[in-house]
Amino acid sequence: MSDDHVYLTLAEGHEDDTRWAYGTGFEDPLHGVDTTVPDGVDAGGLAALCVTLADDALVAAQRLAEWTTRAPELEEEVALANIGLDLLGQARMLYSRAGQADGTGRGEDAYAYFRDAGDFRNVRLAELPNGDFAFTVVRLLVFSSWRLAHFERLTAHRDPVLAAIAAKGVKELAYHRQYAAEWAVRLGDGTEESHRRMRKAQEQVAPYLGELFTAYDVRDEVVAVLRQVTEAAGLPMPVYRPLPGSGRAGEHTEHLTPLLAELQGVARAHPEAAW
Amino acid sequence: MDTTHSSPPGADGAEPVLQRHFDATIARDQRIEPRDWMPEGYRKTLVRQIAQHAHSEIIGMQPEGEWITRAPSLRRKAILFAKVQDEAGHGLYLYSAAETLGADRADLTERLIEGRQKYSSIFNYPTLSFADVGVIGWFVDGAAICNQVPLCRSSYGPYARAMVRICKEESFHQRQGYELLMTMMRGTPEQREMVQDAVNRWWWPSLMMFGPPDDASPNSARSMAWKIKRHSNDELRQRFVDMTVPQAGKLGVTLPDPELRWNEERGHHDFGTPDWDELMRVIKGDGPCNAQRVERRRTAHEEGAWVREAATAHAVKQAARAEKGAVA
Repeated sequence: MSDDHVYLTLAEGHEDDTRWAYGTGFEDPLHGVDTTVPDGVDAGGLAALCVTLADDALVAAQRLAEWTTRAPELEEEVALANIGLDLLGQARMLYSRAGQADGTGRGEDAYAYFRDAGDFRNVRLAELPNGDFAFTVVRLLVFSSWRLAHFERLTAHRDPVLAAIAAKGVKELAYHRQYAAEWAVRLGDGTEESHRRMRKAQEQVAPYLGELFTAYDVRDEVVAVLRQVTEAAGLPMPVYRPLPGSGRAGEHTEHLTPLLAELQGVARAHPEAAW
Repeated sequence: MDTTHSSPPGADGAEPVLQRHFDATIARDQRIEPRDWMPEGYRKTLVRQIAQHAHSEIIGMQPEGEWITRAPSLRRKAILFAKVQDEAGHGLYLYSAAETLGADRADLTERLIEGRQKYSSIFNYPTLSFADVGVIGWFVDGAAICNQVPLCRSSYGPYARAMVRICKEESFHQRQGYELLMTMMRGTPEQREMVQDAVNRWWWPSLMMFGPPDDASPNSARSMAWKIKRHSNDELRQRFVDMTVPQAGKLGVTLPDPELRWNEERGHHDFGTPDWDELMRVIKGDGPCNAQRVERRRTAHEEGAWVREAATAHAVKQAARAEKGAVA
């Protein structure tokens, strides 16, 4: 048989284990980068900001992962996974930066797996259950437009590590926003049913918009994007309906605890284990 | 399936000439391409095989996909998420390869969810712990590679080319799976038990992935004559066993077969006989998860119908608007 060399290669020992994870992860996401927090940067504030941004991304990625094997078409399986993987990658780098900045040296998994819901600082928009594809599209459109506007500002952050993470994230988020906007237009314009579902999704998202615009001054920019997309989709602009509480203060919906139970269950059942 | 591409036998005087040309192409180990004439049986066999392969990639997302949300580290979560995404990509290439033969993806999906086309029986077994993710990578992707590397030389061009890319990614997945198991074997006693338990459950179903023994595989001879298939089921199974035994040794797990031993004379490992009755039961639909797997695929497809309809409706409206704009 002439395929022997292929099998021999597969059977060989590979001591360089990490390269098997090529493209999907690495031990230290900030390897080789000078991670000293610059003078004049408030390390505690930097760490808190990184955790907040990481929590948004991790929780959003977890919801996107739930779409796996449930997407309306194979192309959407691939696209939703892409977006989920980008956000997961952002979360990992941001948690690592937080661990360096807050002086604890905690790794990404300490933040993701060993904190409870009340310690998470993500916006509640990210934790809402997926609903139908229309809800996922509306949520993603809002989330990615908002995060992109914020990341664009962070590229000028005085912490060079956070600025570098943001610069990488900007490219990713621009694609996420594009994907969501294209689907918003297709679904808003498509059929009566898809239009009805988009309207409903907009109403479901509306109460969670106010929270996005309290901390960072990106509101006008995001509203302009949403206006452009909703017009093209033949949809009305979502109306704000303020909701008490704030994910940023650790006040969450009832949906975060079960999400974290699923995310953290195996890791917490084996706290001594290495994976 | 669209069968209008080739003439019915005997209806066309040119057919014997085309048949001789086809036979000569196969004999010279050259590729058959979509526009070439091919016998109807060759086309049907390929559509069936490529569709089953595509379905296997898509259904195969489920057993591991269930663990993306539960992966116990962010690195493992990213690796698994990317792997399952690759499988969706493989399904897409393979459906495209089937479409070059006149098949239609939507129609093939209907056949899958109506139970008229099969997928690999291995995906009808449950994933019970995170170690299963590693063992599936090691055994199931390993067995898939044994099956698929020879298909990179399959006589049908689009299938062969799709397999080249797929095999590269599968070999990557296999190493990732094995690396997870290595890490777990260096971990706690509970982790080592999880690995051994997963090995015990997946070993025999993995051996069954190569199909029934050669003397009970009636279609194999024809596929080999057409060079769609290059090696027999039993040859590939032997190859998988020989490849896996040293890896198991290095990992420190026991393969659950008391008859497994090196045979100096044959230069291969002897091994026990898989439970072929179990394989037939699973293929016929009575495996542990058959109903669940097909139901999930059906639900996703049906719940996505309004999205696909909306996309089509939007495209039609856009085209109409463009035309109107052009006229005006």
